[in-house]
Amino acid sequence: MSLRVLVGCKRVIDYAVKIRVRPDKMGVVTDGVKHSMNPFDEIAIEEAVRLKEKKIAKEVIAVSCGPTQAQETIRTALAMGADRGIHVEIPAKEMEKLEPLHVSKILAKLAEKEGAELLIVGKQAIDDDSNATAQMTAALLEWPQATFASKIEKTDGTLLVVREVDGGLETIKVKLPAVVSADLRLNEPRYATLPNIMKAKKKKIVKMKPADLGVDTTAHFEVVEVCDPPSREAGIKVEDVDALVSKLKEAGRI
Amino acid sequence: MSSELIQQQKKLPAMSLRPQVVQLYKNLLYLGREYPLGYDYFREKLKNAFIKNKDVTDPEQIKMMIGRGEFVIKEIEALYMLRKYRTMKRRYYDNENNYRVNKDAQ
Repeated sequence: MSLRVLVGCKRVIDYAVKIRVRPDKMGVVTDGVKHSMNPFDEIAIEEAVRLKEKKIAKEVIAVSCGPTQAQETIRTALAMGADRGIHVEIPAKEMEKLEPLHVSKILAKLAEKEGAELLIVGKQAIDDDSNATAQMTAALLEWPQATFASKIEKTDGTLLVVREVDGGLETIKVKLPAVVSADLRLNEPRYATLPNIMKAKKKKIVKMKPADLGVDTTAHFEVVEVCDPPSREAGIKVEDVDALVSKLKEAGRI
Repeated sequence: MSSELIQQQKKLPAMSLRPQVVQLYKNLLYLGREYPLGYDYFREKLKNAFIKNKDVTDPEQIKMMIGRGEFVIKEIEALYMLRKYRTMKRRYYDNENNYRVNKDAQ
């Protein structure tokens, strides 16, 4: 049984960029800032491609929601080994307000439309850190979910997934079709080198709008304010243990 | 044969490697976009490294240098991967040790 795998990848501000809050305090500066694929989504794509190399998957489809530049993210996925891409066009202004619920509805519709048997996404995006899309998509599809996956094995008709949880590792068995969210230690993604990018140009990317999938992207939330986290205070040096104790008492720590 | 013709004959196998060398340069340049010390720094170093060897004609030596270039590509890919992994690990998984309460304080 060879699977069709759908992988969601998000275009986010590059992980190495120093984030700056916009002067209007309603978001972060994105103009002219380097963007790349969410690192957890890279891990998701890598896992799907590895499944294809092991002949467990027969096709890997990369999906991204966003403005025109989201196509760069899909191209990276294609360069890493995905077979074709789907670009769900969402203008930049709407993208700011796009919620995990909208993405989940889009992914769920696409999973049904494409006949996918496995949906893999990164566990969270490094910009909004929602950690909700995989879970909600599974609920909408009524598929089982295996989140925070650090190892995936296929047995007949089911997946054996090792999950990273607070207490350690949990191994679960989920029936296919299923939704999986990728954690950091699932694999090490390959780099999309220039020759691979060039080869990937032949692969197809289909464009569509959320409305084509019957998904309404009206915002349910309103951003009230975005501000910097409080800066770390300098440490204080004390002269002796008594001073330390009195300072701790002052701070209400003891 | 005239010495010019002999010179040209010597250059021929070396010239057939030119596309490979050019492709190597392009690949490295593409990789350099993410270099921690900056793309401009990388491009200058890369250019100097290639120009330094522009008069090499021995095909065996050229092949060896291309091999070295490909090794450098692997090294840089490994650098990028480690950097990303370490940053992600520090940001998302070291809270258990309470070393970093504020994820942006790095």
